[in-house]
Amino acid sequence: MSKKKKPESNFINMIMTLLLVAAIAGLALGGVYVVTKEPIAKAKEAKLKSALGKVLPAFDTIHVQQVKPIDGEDSLTFYTGYKNNDMVGTAIKTYSNKGYGGEIELMVGFKPDMTINNTAVLKHKETPGLGDKMSKSKSEWSNQFLGKNPAEFKLGVKKDGGDVDAITAATITSRAFCDAVKRAYETYEKGGDQ
Amino acid sequence: MSQLKNFSKGFVKENPVFVLLLGLCPALGVTTSAINGMGMGLATTFVLVMSNLVVTSIKSLIPDKVRIPSFIVIIASFVTIVELVMQGFMPALFDQLGLFIPLIVVNCLVLGRAEAFASKQGFVTSVVDGLGMGLGFTFALTLLGGVRELLGSGAIFGFNLIEGDGMLVFVLAPGAFIALGYLIAIMNKLNKA
Repeated sequence: MSKKKKPESNFINMIMTLLLVAAIAGLALGGVYVVTKEPIAKAKEAKLKSALGKVLPAFDTIHVQQVKPIDGEDSLTFYTGYKNNDMVGTAIKTYSNKGYGGEIELMVGFKPDMTINNTAVLKHKETPGLGDKMSKSKSEWSNQFLGKNPAEFKLGVKKDGGDVDAITAATITSRAFCDAVKRAYETYEKGGDQ
Repeated sequence: MSQLKNFSKGFVKENPVFVLLLGLCPALGVTTSAINGMGMGLATTFVLVMSNLVVTSIKSLIPDKVRIPSFIVIIASFVTIVELVMQGFMPALFDQLGLFIPLIVVNCLVLGRAEAFASKQGFVTSVVDGLGMGLGFTFALTLLGGVRELLGSGAIFGFNLIEGDGMLVFVLAPGAFIALGYLIAIMNKLNKA
């Protein structure tokens, strides 16, 4: 093996080596964490802002509040946009646990008259090439929600008696998408306005 | 062994994916598109080079019986660094690969090179080996990702080449095994010739 003689594998040597390795690793990670903390927070904020910009009409201030959905699970975040003190719309960060790959997270923007202004996918683990077509960057599927009022537009895939055309070969994803939008709409309707 | 040979062996002769069959979990998991494969490959390359570098520098200070735990701590630290840096400065790539980055820790390629190569070889040789193996891994993942993206969604690096949906099976898990099998067969043919 190596030419230099290695330290003997006795108890003290082993403990000291591991302790030292772990301590140095810990210090290095602490340093990197401090350096990257701000950029990570900024990247997250930029992502949220870009999603808000996509789903809301032009706004200048945002009012944020947490609202419990009617089915009593994790609360949804409401971002109400104002322009010159007039409410222009509300974006709701909503979710569904019924996705093919688990949880999906959407941002849905409603106009004051309760029609859907736009939607954006924040997080998902759906199958690439199938379920990920719900993202705007992959296909225009989600455009069918634009300008629809869920009071008349039944949020459910056609197979289940709704008005939504499901993504080919990704019915489960389409259902989850509808579920998330529906959760946002119902919560908004039942008490997001206070 | 000359350094050039040492470097280039990672691409064809000892390609980690096609010949050594190491690190197949990320190779099959992330390669739904060429760009994903490349991102994963480059992240692994960084970890591989850095861990080889550190392991070879401290190899004479580590008692034999605790060498594996020490190597793992070193590798895990570099992986976490990659994860944090990517999250902070390349959020778009992190969205795609975030789930798989922690898996680099258990990529047997990284520990395998640390244990079988860097802990026995000199400084320069180890770094060159890490770079060669890492870029070979990147090459394999990009190729596999490219083939799957082309057949599965008719695009390459996100640019649409073929109209229509392509063969979906190549985007899904079974397609990864099929594509990998054919690529290994081609590689074997090339290596024999």
